[in-house]
Amino acid sequence: MWSARRGWLPLLAPVAALVVVWHAAVVLSGSTIFPTPWQVAVGLADLARRGLLLKHVVASLFRVTVGYLLAAALAIPVGMLMGWFAPAHAFLNPLVQGLRPISPIAWIPLAILWFGVGDLSPIFLIFLSSFFPMVVGTTAGVLTIDRKYLRAARNFEYSGLRLFRRVILPAALPQIVTGMRIGLGVAWLVVVAAEMIAVSSGLGYLIIDSRNAGNRYDLVVAGMVVIGVVGFLLDSLMRGLERLDEVRWRYEI
Amino acid sequence: MNPKITVQSLSKTFPTQGGPLPVLDDLTFQVADGEFVAVIGPSGCGKSTLLGILAGFERPDQGEVRVDGEPVREPRRTGMFIFQQPSLFPWLDLERNLVFGLNGEAPEERRRLVAHYIALVGLQGFERAFPRELSGGMQQRAELARALMVKPEILYLDEPFGALDALTRLRMRAELLRILSRERHTVLLVTHDVEEALHLADRVLVLSARPARLQRVVPVELPRPRSTTDPALLALKASILRELGVDTAETEARP
Repeated sequence: MWSARRGWLPLLAPVAALVVVWHAAVVLSGSTIFPTPWQVAVGLADLARRGLLLKHVVASLFRVTVGYLLAAALAIPVGMLMGWFAPAHAFLNPLVQGLRPISPIAWIPLAILWFGVGDLSPIFLIFLSSFFPMVVGTTAGVLTIDRKYLRAARNFEYSGLRLFRRVILPAALPQIVTGMRIGLGVAWLVVVAAEMIAVSSGLGYLIIDSRNAGNRYDLVVAGMVVIGVVGFLLDSLMRGLERLDEVRWRYEI
Repeated sequence: MNPKITVQSLSKTFPTQGGPLPVLDDLTFQVADGEFVAVIGPSGCGKSTLLGILAGFERPDQGEVRVDGEPVREPRRTGMFIFQQPSLFPWLDLERNLVFGLNGEAPEERRRLVAHYIALVGLQGFERAFPRELSGGMQQRAELARALMVKPEILYLDEPFGALDALTRLRMRAELLRILSRERHTVLLVTHDVEEALHLADRVLVLSARPARLQRVVPVELPRPRSTTDPALLALKASILRELGVDTAETEARP
């Protein structure tokens, strides 16, 4: 686990090992089309110089942010409802469990049919992909609240909104955050796939376009490296949330 | 003087797969204001169910419970329940746990109450600690402090020291007596420990095996502070154990 305190140093050795093996494999196989790490680095520098790197990263992050926040805004209240009211759970859970296994990729044709070619299609796909993990996490968070906390709150005559704000929400928060972390991970996976089809910007587009326009595999791999790094940073951000006192109690009882 | 708590013809039956299971059968008793009453009985006899009904967490099938003449329908701040498992909120530090039950007190009053009760239960210096950072005994003392913060008139204690080791349990008994000598409360204690009941209570209600009936009422007229090695206490203990169907000679032989 990457931790702010330990810094980047522990990452150095595994990354260096990967680069060495990769380089050796390309040289030994005599491949003329698969790039060496150095060629990828040059390609990356080239993309950065032409301003394309920033443009594609921003485009992807924008879609993820919008789709993910919309999903969170809907998934957390729905999950709360499903966790607290048994009838809501009975009605909604079969729908959630039935729709959840459908890969967001399978929705691409419908997304294009409904939202056309443009930002809306990938945003819709990201919404779908991150919605379900967050609903499931929130529902589980509320369902598994230890009854003794609700009993204590009842003894202090807590009810309604006050009970929700002071007990139900903080008690469910660790699992909500776990759902949010999984949701963001899936959103970042899906944005790349969505951008290969529906739009002409973003990291997914960069990869597919580099291949189609002259087999620039150095740029394909450069795009993959950037996806990995950004995804890693997003996950680190969510891990930061998990270290908050409000969240980590659940893992340290 | 009017009794603090009146329990009238209380009955409760649980539906189970094997048919209805009567748990409480026609219990009637009273508790005076400021009295410490221990309820003792064989395990599974319904002691905890009884306490849950007294505190308003559960409803009886028949009969009723009145506190100060008012029927009990819901748990109230005036009667705090303390369970064997501490229920401090793990996402709040000790101080925030203590003020959880307060209702619109001024900030200086909150601070005064926190300081008072933290000192009363001997947890000075742990205001910022989270429950996970406290030992079992400390958590149970914090639990007691959180309950006392709202100035309850009645304490319902359901085997409150049951999860603690023997030594801590003895310390907690002494703590409880010290606290009660400073702040008077009506106390109902459910326990399976006869010695604990005799050490603490003014009166012991002995319940029968399920369905629980009031088998015997034992007034404990021993002077305080009490010693658990006092021959009079030991004689009472032996007679209650006999009442519960336990051969004392045999229990003594197996420590």
